[in-house]
Amino acid sequence: MTVKQISVFLENKEGRLLDVTRHLGEAGVNIRALCVADTSDFGVLRLIVDDPEKAHEWLREQGFTVKETPVVAVEVDDRPGGLSAVLKPLVEQEMNIEYLYCFLEKAGDNAIVIIRVEEAEQAIGALKAAGFRSIPPEELYAM
Amino acid sequence: MFNPEIESMDRSALADLQLERLKATVKRCEEMVPFYRAKLREAGVSWKDMNSIADVARLPFTSKEDLRENYPFGLFTVPTRDIVRIHASSGTTGTPTVVGYTDRDIEVWSELVARALVSAMADSSDIVQVAYGYGLFTGGLGLHYGVEKLGATAIPISGGNTKRQIRMMVDLGTTVLCCTPSYALFMAEAAEEMEVDFKQLKLKSGVFGAEPWSDRMRDRIEHILNLSAFDIYGLSEVMGPGVSIECEHKEGLHIFEDAFLPEIIDPSTMEPLPVGEQGELVFTTINKEGMPLIRYRTRDVTSLIDEICPCGRTHVRMRRVRGRSDDMLIIRGVNVFPSQIETVLMQIEGISPHYQIIVERMAGLDMLEVQVEVSEEMFSDRIRGLEEWQEVIQAEIESYLGIGVLVNLMEPRSIARSEGKAVRVIDNREI
Repeated sequence: MTVKQISVFLENKEGRLLDVTRHLGEAGVNIRALCVADTSDFGVLRLIVDDPEKAHEWLREQGFTVKETPVVAVEVDDRPGGLSAVLKPLVEQEMNIEYLYCFLEKAGDNAIVIIRVEEAEQAIGALKAAGFRSIPPEELYAM
Repeated sequence: MFNPEIESMDRSALADLQLERLKATVKRCEEMVPFYRAKLREAGVSWKDMNSIADVARLPFTSKEDLRENYPFGLFTVPTRDIVRIHASSGTTGTPTVVGYTDRDIEVWSELVARALVSAMADSSDIVQVAYGYGLFTGGLGLHYGVEKLGATAIPISGGNTKRQIRMMVDLGTTVLCCTPSYALFMAEAAEEMEVDFKQLKLKSGVFGAEPWSDRMRDRIEHILNLSAFDIYGLSEVMGPGVSIECEHKEGLHIFEDAFLPEIIDPSTMEPLPVGEQGELVFTTINKEGMPLIRYRTRDVTSLIDEICPCGRTHVRMRRVRGRSDDMLIIRGVNVFPSQIETVLMQIEGISPHYQIIVERMAGLDMLEVQVEVSEEMFSDRIRGLEEWQEVIQAEIESYLGIGVLVNLMEPRSIARSEGKAVRVIDNREI
């Protein structure tokens, strides 16, 4: 199962990141992981939260441009070479990794990474076949 | 047609009527207004020299500047005791200009607006929501009197208070909406937030004017508001709304020629241009008492179409106004009208209709920045996806205008909305 990521368009101007996080706080939405990508003109904030539907609806009501994207959350051994072991099966299947970032919590001793690929469901299958566990949404949101 | 006898009049009979009215107008100005008397004398021409309507080209021009210099009542042909109403321009760029109407002028104007409404498919059974501003601006009251003249029902809601506008449309079953095209789009957006579906409303036509707008913007408005949109043209100096309007064929706006004599001139040489060529629109009012105008330079850029229109109206048509000769931006030597940029933007599927043009001078070079709001269709979590939109918009505008532009994506609602005329251009150049 894929996990829902919320993306928000941000103009490059002072205080916009603060505005988004403040709105989410007011809505009682907890941010579990985030990653900001930017150019000189604008930025895209990507979020994993405990309640994606609520976050999406609330931010939209506040006038932000918001999009939901399915992404993969997978457990990674917390040791040298752990991440490359996870990426290997995806690359072997010629899946293009758009970007990835780390989840804040650990699953036991393991780290968690969020991976964005075009073929998210297929990636989960490939990871499973290679012996990696992807975290189902309910488990991840509740972490 | 509201007045078929006049609106479908034989061209030669119309020319006779125009000549008779032109003579009377020039005579009136010559006799009653010192400003005109002096100007006509200087040009060596009199009302007695008007032997055909082409002789209008011998008369001197009147400009906005002349109206300011004769502020407030200098161009009136009657004492204020005979004036029943005053309108004024906003005066954002200097001294305001004032226009005065006699009882008869209001009567004539009301009929012209009634004709315009019929041209926009309205009849006496319609409920017309007048969302132009009421007050010194001619839009609100001008439309209002026309609606009453037609015998339709006027809702004099004026501009602003968008939620109430939509509420009225729903509750009263508005069939005709009158406002600026940019405000119409703004209402569409607000209705979406209020979860009101325009497809469920009774709107059938929109009478939109007071600012230039493109055919693409029309497509969008018609699609979202689910009505047929008509371009209406007018300016307060000449009368107000109801100088010209589109008929159902929407191939140009019929000018009510029994009241206004149009010409197209080259704004640099001031010479009249042949029919069909683009230039500045000039009007001589020939059925107005309070403040007639001789060869008034509108600054609006358009051309005339003298082919017969299948709707049966014989009055000449003007193409939709492309921009104003004084709104035209000159960017690195290239003439740019904001409406051209709008045309390009409206052609691109999925783009938000809200945009703004910023002109800056950087190191002596003019830079044109086009700001476009990011719509949900455009947005993606991938930076590359957004950059592709920027590139597409930029390439389309550049190929249309022939000059380089900078495209910036903005958050929704970050470009100021207007309840009247939209501010499309911010010129920060210090020249």
